[in-house]
Amino acid sequence: MGSFIYSVLGDPFVQMLQMPDFLMQVVWEGFVSGILYALIALGFVLIFKASGIFNFAQGIMVVFSGLTLVGLHELGVPAFLALFITLGVMYVLAFSVERLVLRNLVNQPDIILFMATIGLTNILIGLGQWIFGGETKSMITEQLWLPTGSSVWEPGGGLVIFQHIDIAAAVIAALLIICLALFFSKTKVGRALRAVADDHQASLSVGISLNHIWVITWFAAGIVALVAGIMWGARSDVSFSLQIIALKALPVLVLGGFTSVPGAIVGGLIIGIGEKLFEIYWGPLFGSGIEGWFAYVIALIFLLFRPQGLFGEKIIERV
Amino acid sequence: MFYRESGQFKSSYKEDMQAFPIREDKIGIAVWLLLAYLYVPFFGLPGLEYGFALNAIMIPVLIFTITTIGLNILVGYTGQISLGTAAFMGVGAYSCYKLTSYFPDVNIIILIFSSGFFAAAVGALFGLPSLRIKGFYLVVATLAAQFFLEWCFIRIGWLYNFNPSGAIEVPQREAFGFIVTGAAAEPVTRYLVVLTILIFLTIIAGNLVRGRIGRSWMMIRDMDIAAELIGVRPLTTKLSAFAVSSYYCGVSGALMVFMWLGAAEVESFDVNHSFLYLFMVILGGLGSITGSYMGAAFIWTFPLVLKEIGKVFEINPTVMENVSLVAIGVMIVFILIKEPHGLARLWQLGKQKLRIWPFPH
Repeated sequence: MGSFIYSVLGDPFVQMLQMPDFLMQVVWEGFVSGILYALIALGFVLIFKASGIFNFAQGIMVVFSGLTLVGLHELGVPAFLALFITLGVMYVLAFSVERLVLRNLVNQPDIILFMATIGLTNILIGLGQWIFGGETKSMITEQLWLPTGSSVWEPGGGLVIFQHIDIAAAVIAALLIICLALFFSKTKVGRALRAVADDHQASLSVGISLNHIWVITWFAAGIVALVAGIMWGARSDVSFSLQIIALKALPVLVLGGFTSVPGAIVGGLIIGIGEKLFEIYWGPLFGSGIEGWFAYVIALIFLLFRPQGLFGEKIIERV
Repeated sequence: MFYRESGQFKSSYKEDMQAFPIREDKIGIAVWLLLAYLYVPFFGLPGLEYGFALNAIMIPVLIFTITTIGLNILVGYTGQISLGTAAFMGVGAYSCYKLTSYFPDVNIIILIFSSGFFAAAVGALFGLPSLRIKGFYLVVATLAAQFFLEWCFIRIGWLYNFNPSGAIEVPQREAFGFIVTGAAAEPVTRYLVVLTILIFLTIIAGNLVRGRIGRSWMMIRDMDIAAELIGVRPLTTKLSAFAVSSYYCGVSGALMVFMWLGAAEVESFDVNHSFLYLFMVILGGLGSITGSYMGAAFIWTFPLVLKEIGKVFEINPTVMENVSLVAIGVMIVFILIKEPHGLARLWQLGKQKLRIWPFPH
């Protein structure tokens, strides 16, 4: 018993102190995957704030945008033109989702809308596999001028490897978030978006078109999905299994709060770093592979004590 | 003309509240039962090869109907959405496997029924968060159950008797003198066992949702605060819904492995299957037992039908698979927009029309 307590509470920390460079490597890896979780969660938050819809299809939108980009490039379209066409595809997707699904489901209970997005997920999976095939594709990293190599940092005789693509991912995610923040606070459309998020009826009464706003938010979520798709695709590959990983944005949201953009980012980082640390240092105790459920269990525990999340706006209804 | 209730008078409350108050409904059920018990075991399905009809259509559809009824109790009747169905089925399957290896001489039917209780316990445990959270938050909680249990099925070797392949393989077992599980079991035997269990569970579920428990489930679904005010306890009501629902899922999981697949790995219980069962519930009709039958049958047979159509027109089968994915997604969205109560509601509307036919005005 004593040795078990030591292996839970003592040994991992000793390992961390003995090899600080390895710890740094783990934290860095966790940080980068946390950023990607945060990006996916950001797409959820955008849509949830604007329309109160819990968009289950966000994960597949990430895969779908990445696949479209790679698929177009395989057809011989130049990389940057493919990027623009993919943006166009995401706009068409946003537009048709609004026109065909959301508009017809106004005033339905949230749960019905949620299930409709599950249906949407199925459609996108089917379409994606139909058009681009189900096999794994590699992201066109170099053609998009993303860096590929790696640098080594040796703090005090240790060894930490930074993949350049990871650094780029962090920088681009930060830029994207800054752009979104500016867009929300400085532009007219951004203010309209915030008004809709605040109160649907009040914003309708001052002449904001809800349908228009919904298209814009879904398009914004599509752009975020595309960035997440490119980054994730560059780190591993573009495949449909990504969709399951993307579900991890849900615990991120529970941690950060469903309506908070900073919450999504902080939550993403906590989950990303936490699960890597846990997997590396405590994982061997349980048999490895705990990365799959660690985030959910953290979220579950969190829900019991602070259901509104770290930055959630209001306390959710308790029953 | 054929279906109307004129002339059928009820003189007591009991008669009025019976399960099938209309005579034609009773006859209809009897016909279905006769077909299921006397026609299918001998002839299979019309136009299909006998073994295929039983093994690839009837047995899975019946098993998934049990799952769908279970999930419908949770989602349709109690309004608690769950994405952990497949994992709860897994709990049933793995516990049934363990039970058969500990009690090889006990009747397998009893073991299948008792394995449901393990699933019920696990389901109630993961239903605990539903007391504090609901809606999308609960989705996260049930996903936690899904991924955690999946991990257990892989990592805990004891669950599959440390089988190097990681799969559970069904041993040969007898019940009432017939071989019902294992490779030697006849499809007919397995079909009849599954059918009987399904009918038994349907009767129980139908009476549960008509009775006091079911009414309190629906009260919690429709308005939890009002339900609490008139004396429905959320704790027992929600947890009982989780337990009963998981019991059904557990039994169907055990049946799925023992009566249909013969061997199973964790892939049979992954999150995509959970989505599939949710689709069956939505398409069949939230809060309807008849709908559960229709949803399970439809979602299961639709891709098969498309595959056959693809063969006729010589289309690549993977293309057809994707077409069926898209079509099911479109149908889900369409059903939610046009008829949120699913196929069961269409069936009901059809009966309504038939009642006043041929003079609709």
